[in-house]
Amino acid sequence: MIEAITTFTAQHGPLLAIAVPLIASPLAILMVNRVAAFIVTWLSAVTSFGLAAQMVTITADGTVLSYAIGGWAPPIGIEYRVDAANALVVLIVSMMATVLLPYMRTSIEQEVAERQHTLFYACFLLCFTGLMGVAVTGDAFNVFVFLEISSLSTYALVAMGAAKDKRALSAAYDYLVLGTLGATFFVIGLGMIYMVTGTLNLADLGRRLAEVDAENRTVRTAYGFIVVGLGLKIAMYPMHRWLPGAYTFAPTTISAFLASTATKVAIYVLARFVFSVFQIDYPFERDTLQFVVLPLALLAMFTASFVAVFQQNVKRLLAYSSLGQIGYMLLGLTLLTATGLTATFTHLFAHALTKGALFLAVGAIIYRTGGPMMHNLAGQARLMPWTSAAIVVGGLSLIGIPGTVGFVSKWVLIQAAFEADLWPIAAAIVASSLIAVVYVWRLVEVLYLQPAREGAAKREAPLTMLIPIWVLVVAIVWTGFDADGLVSVARTAGESLLDGGFVADGARIIGVPGR
Amino acid sequence: MDHHLILRVVTRLLVAPILLFGLYVQFHGDFGPGGGFQAGVIFAVALILYGIVFGLSRLRSIFPDRWVMRLLAFGLLLYAGVGVVSLIQGGNYLDYNVLLPSAKAGQHYGIIVIELGVGITVFGVMMAIYYGFAGRPPSIEDTDW
Repeated sequence: MIEAITTFTAQHGPLLAIAVPLIASPLAILMVNRVAAFIVTWLSAVTSFGLAAQMVTITADGTVLSYAIGGWAPPIGIEYRVDAANALVVLIVSMMATVLLPYMRTSIEQEVAERQHTLFYACFLLCFTGLMGVAVTGDAFNVFVFLEISSLSTYALVAMGAAKDKRALSAAYDYLVLGTLGATFFVIGLGMIYMVTGTLNLADLGRRLAEVDAENRTVRTAYGFIVVGLGLKIAMYPMHRWLPGAYTFAPTTISAFLASTATKVAIYVLARFVFSVFQIDYPFERDTLQFVVLPLALLAMFTASFVAVFQQNVKRLLAYSSLGQIGYMLLGLTLLTATGLTATFTHLFAHALTKGALFLAVGAIIYRTGGPMMHNLAGQARLMPWTSAAIVVGGLSLIGIPGTVGFVSKWVLIQAAFEADLWPIAAAIVASSLIAVVYVWRLVEVLYLQPAREGAAKREAPLTMLIPIWVLVVAIVWTGFDADGLVSVARTAGESLLDGGFVADGARIIGVPGR
Repeated sequence: MDHHLILRVVTRLLVAPILLFGLYVQFHGDFGPGGGFQAGVIFAVALILYGIVFGLSRLRSIFPDRWVMRLLAFGLLLYAGVGVVSLIQGGNYLDYNVLLPSAKAGQHYGIIVIELGVGITVFGVMMAIYYGFAGRPPSIEDTDW
C-alpha cells in the first residue's frame, strides 16, 4: 500500500504538490467551521511538504524531472520541470507553511475577525499554491500566472492586518501597485523573448536563445524588463519601497511567511532566467549583474541594515533586516560561480528559518503585550523566557555566529568571494554583519536588561505558538552544526543551474509521457 | 426607483434574454467565440442590472450572500476535480483523453466541464465584487449633500 503511494507520488509529485493546496483552498471556504478549515489547510501543507521532500531526494543526484500537464508534450504543452534548484525552493516554501500554520491558528484569533478565518485560510492556501507553482513550473508564462496568484492573494492577506492597524490598507495598496508594475515588466519581457524564439517553455527558451546572436536588441531589452520586473518582486535594493510597510502591518504569520518564502521564490526565478534561460556568456548579461546588481546588493547590505538599527517598531526592524539579507542572496548570484550559487541557495534556506523564527517570536510577544514596539518588548525575558531565548538564537543566526545556520551560509558566501578573488566583498560581508550585531543587540538589551512594566505577570506564549517557534530554533542550531546535507543540496542546485542540466535533453519523464 | 418606469419595464424584459445569452456563450464556447470567463460575467450582469434597478434587498432575496462564496468555491473545485478524475483514470492531471472511453468524447466533455467551472467561479467573483461595493453602508447620506 505504502509502496503504491510512493510510486504514485514519484510519478505525479511536482503536480500534486500544487494541486493539493489548490483543491484545499475552495474546500476551506466550504468548511462550515474554522477548525475544519484549519485541518484541511494544514493537512494539505503537510502533504505538499512530504512531496517536496521526496522531490529533493530524487533530484539530489542531478536528475531533472519532467511532467506534461494534460498529456500535452512539451514544449507545446505546459511542462513542470524540477531539478535540484526548484526542489530546494519547494521544500523551503512547504516547510515554512507546515510549521507556520499551527501558530497561525492561534495568532489570527487576535488579528482577524472570526467570521473571516475560513477565508483567511483559503487566501493563505492560494498564496501557498502560487509560490509552489512558480517554483515547480517549467513554462515561462505559467511562472507569470502563478506569480500573480501568489501576489494577488498576498495583497489581500496583507490588507487583513487592517483589523489591528488601518495602515495595513495603504501598505497593501503600495504593494499592489508596485507588485503589479513588476509583474507587468516581467510579462513584457516574456513577450519579447517569445517574439524572438517562438516558445515559452523555459528549457526550450534556453536552447533557442543559445542560438540567437548576442547583439540582438530584443533579447537585451527583454532581459532588462525581466530583471527589473523580478527585482520589484524580490525587493532588490532601490525597488524595495513596498516591503517594509507590507511586513510591518500584515498579520504576523503572514509577515513570517512572506519574509521566509515570497522573496526567495522570486530570487529563484531570477536565477533561473539568468542561468538557464539567458546565456551567461553574453557580455550584456554579465555586465548587468556585475556592474548593476552587485553594487546594489552591497548597498542593500549596508544601508538597509543601517536603517534597521534605528527602528522603534520591531516588525519594521526585521523587515529592513530582510532587505539587507536579500542583498547577500543577490551577491552570491552575481559572483557567477558554483560556490556563489551554493551560497545563495544556502542563504535562502538559512534566512527562511531565521527570519521565520524571529517574526514568529516577535508575534508571540505581540500576542501577549498587544504591540510590536520596542517598549512592548521591555523586560519580556523574565515574563516570556522561552520566546525571548528564541529571539536571541534567531538574532545570532542573523549575525552569523558559528553554531547557527546563518554562519554556514555566510561562510560559504565568503568562500565564494575569495574564490572569485574579490576579497573586498568578503570584507564587506563581515563589515555588514557587524551592523546586524548592533540591531540584534538592541533587541537583546531591551528584552533582558530593561525592567518590565510594573505589575506584569509572567505569562509565556501559548504552546501552539511556542512549539512552531522552537521547531525553527532547533532547526537553526541543528543545521548550524550539521550543515553537510544542506550545503550539498545547495551545491547540486547551483551546479545544475550553471551546467545547463535543466536545459539539456534527457530529463526523466514522469507521469504519462505527453503526446 | 419607483418613478423610473422605462428602466423598470426594460429591465424586466432584458434580464431573461441576458441570462439565456450567458448560457449560450457558456455552452457554445468550445466551438465558437465565448467560454466561461465571458459567460460568467454576462450571467452576473443580468443579476447586477436587476440589483441596480430594483434595489439590493430584492436582489439579495433571490440570490442570498451565502451563495456567493459557495459558488465561487464550487467552480474552482469543479475545475480541479476534472484534473483529479483524470489522475484516477491513470492519465496526467487535466488529461481529457482518459475521462471517457473515447478520447474524442473525453476532449469534448472535458473542456465543457472545465469551462463550466470557470464560468461559475467568474460569476461568483462578479457577484462578490458587486455585493462588496454595493453592500457597504454609504459614508455620506444622500441628505447630507
